[in-house]
Amino acid sequence: MNNPTVKVIEDYCKGCSICVEFCPTEVFDMVGFVAQVVRPEACTRCMLCELRCPDFAVRVY
Amino acid sequence: MAFDYEQYLRPGKLPHIWCPGCGHGIVMKGLLRAIDRCGLQKNNTAIVSGTGCASRLPGYVDFNTLHTAHGRAVAFATGIKMARPEMDVLVVGGDGDGIAIGGNHFIHACRRNIDMTYVLMNNYIYGMTGGQFSPCTPTGDRTSTTPYGNPDPIFDVAKLAIGAGATFVARTTAFHATQIDKLITAGLRHKGMAVIEVLDDCPTTFGRRNKFRSVVEMMKRLKDIAVPVQTAGQMSPEQLQGKILTGILHQEHKPEYCDQYQQVIARAQTAAKS
Amino acid sequence: MAKKVALLQGNEACAYGALYAGCSFFGGYPITPSTEVAEVMSVELPKVGGTFIQMEDEIGAMASILGAALTGAKAFTATSGPGMSLKQELIGYACIAEIPCVIVNVMRGGPSTGMPTGPSQSDVMQARWGTHGDHPAIAIAPSSCQEIFSETVRAFNLAETYRMPVQILLDEINGHMRERIELPEPGDLEVVNRQQPTVAPEDYKPYDHAQGDIPPLASFGSEYRYHVTGLNKAADGFPTSKPELVDAEERRQLRKIEANRSLIEKNEEYRLEDAEVILVAYGTISRSARSAVDHLRKDGIKAGLFRPITLWPFPEKRMTDLAEQARAIVVPEMNLGQLILEIERVTRRVCPVAGIGRVDGEPITPAQIVAKVKEIL
Repeated sequence: MNNPTVKVIEDYCKGCSICVEFCPTEVFDMVGFVAQVVRPEACTRCMLCELRCPDFAVRVY
Repeated sequence: MAFDYEQYLRPGKLPHIWCPGCGHGIVMKGLLRAIDRCGLQKNNTAIVSGTGCASRLPGYVDFNTLHTAHGRAVAFATGIKMARPEMDVLVVGGDGDGIAIGGNHFIHACRRNIDMTYVLMNNYIYGMTGGQFSPCTPTGDRTSTTPYGNPDPIFDVAKLAIGAGATFVARTTAFHATQIDKLITAGLRHKGMAVIEVLDDCPTTFGRRNKFRSVVEMMKRLKDIAVPVQTAGQMSPEQLQGKILTGILHQEHKPEYCDQYQQVIARAQTAAKS
Repeated sequence: MAKKVALLQGNEACAYGALYAGCSFFGGYPITPSTEVAEVMSVELPKVGGTFIQMEDEIGAMASILGAALTGAKAFTATSGPGMSLKQELIGYACIAEIPCVIVNVMRGGPSTGMPTGPSQSDVMQARWGTHGDHPAIAIAPSSCQEIFSETVRAFNLAETYRMPVQILLDEINGHMRERIELPEPGDLEVVNRQQPTVAPEDYKPYDHAQGDIPPLASFGSEYRYHVTGLNKAADGFPTSKPELVDAEERRQLRKIEANRSLIEKNEEYRLEDAEVILVAYGTISRSARSAVDHLRKDGIKAGLFRPITLWPFPEKRMTDLAEQARAIVVPEMNLGQLILEIERVTRRVCPVAGIGRVDGEPITPAQIVAKVKEIL
């Protein structure tokens, strides 16, 4: 399996920071008012960020 | 792998209208995963809502969708289901819509045990009108119409549904994203009235008046208060203080209403022949 | 071949008319004096594989028929004043979402509980303006049991043609009165079925007015998927607050009726050729008025009857023309002055317009009408 790719669709992100706070490996951080992927290499593909993103903004491939 | 939500979303409708951190979007995603898991066909599925924040959900999803008047979703859905029993009928909405203004339709749909799946997003408040207390607002809490603390006791949605005769009743929270689709899946597969209550957060109108400093704090609370029904048996009443039970709270099998009406048709036609 | 005849109550005739029109769904709630409509539907609908459901309240009954109508069913409910008041919000929903359905209101007095077993015609203005917002309205007030049958069929035809709720106004008298009816055979009366879309499913818009003011309505459960909302919406059915779109849609909904008045309006005229006094009466009271015309003629007074069968839209043009020849117009109605307001409006009072109002639970008699005419001449 390839390394996971995590994406934040900036147009959809409303900056609630749920992904930032609940990612077990701290992949995300807030940059301005939107979440950004700051440590992609830490992703374990647990999918919790995608499941909990209310705005369809986080995708894990 | 990322779940392909796009296959069920109407193009060009995102971003949705819900506020940052509102859990309704999490519930919508869980609903779509459950629909996918159950293999529901778009043409054969109707999603009905009343009015309120949660009731805007049907506009985003590519099914037969009906956004009705405040409180009336279940009654519209009953008409659809009775006229076309072969359709899969879902109802979505909030606590004020479903349990206050729509309370009568809710209990009677439970009583009939009509085959539909009702996903009730309970965020304890009327969000769209700016944060007035609902029958699910905890006693003592602040809202725009309970500035001195809410004097009303709450409705327990699950107990109400069970008492009224619903044959599948489950509860989870917006934090427990995977449980949302598992329980909706079980509800969809259940024949009869299935009620899935999802405790939800409204950071904009509830959180800020009740000392929640952030969405994350509200989400953490949902995580903390949830106790799986399987483990609650091993806990003392003191330990269960302030907790809510999650999982499938009630399931039984009773005659379903459309089936019962098919028997009425059979009896009427037999009587007409003789 | 001799026609099949039956002795039917007005309420029963209404129910059988609905069945003749192809009604397959009735959602109701018991209320006097309309309940016989529900009772007949509960007996007859399952025989033809249709659905009868008694809902938990009047609002639920109205909601259930709108849900059923969206699946393609011809849907029907019956009620009386208090129930009609409760249904009003969803009648507005049916207007804006353009969902066909038929509601019979067997009128009793009021306001509030009023006199449940007494007749009344006091929901005339409610039938036009009961729900909030600007909206089209069709309301039909048949008189005899035979006409209740045929006008109920027409009510379904109008609902399906114009994609909107249609009201039938009966009252406690003609709802409960029994008369001999010749039952029409299939084919005797026109039955209109809902126009179906012909475009490809992906091109379907539920309010697309490109081909005319009344877009075809697809059925839930077919291959056409679409969205329905009570919010102001654009052609695609999704909410909009763009001023030009909202305005265009609201005007189109009224235009459906205004542009087709001649096809919707219906009235009957009796001895009006040389009439100097025009009685305007509808429903049950038109029967007293017809009798009064004969009495007045015997007494040498040239009287005639103008009987609107559609109260809304009111047969405005014909009434206006007739008023030109009249010395006086007399409007007997079982309320304290409702349709008379419309008559005063459309005739611009070119002649005196006098009302006879009665709200004591008793019908207006021919003698009462004769006396009033003599008084004002």
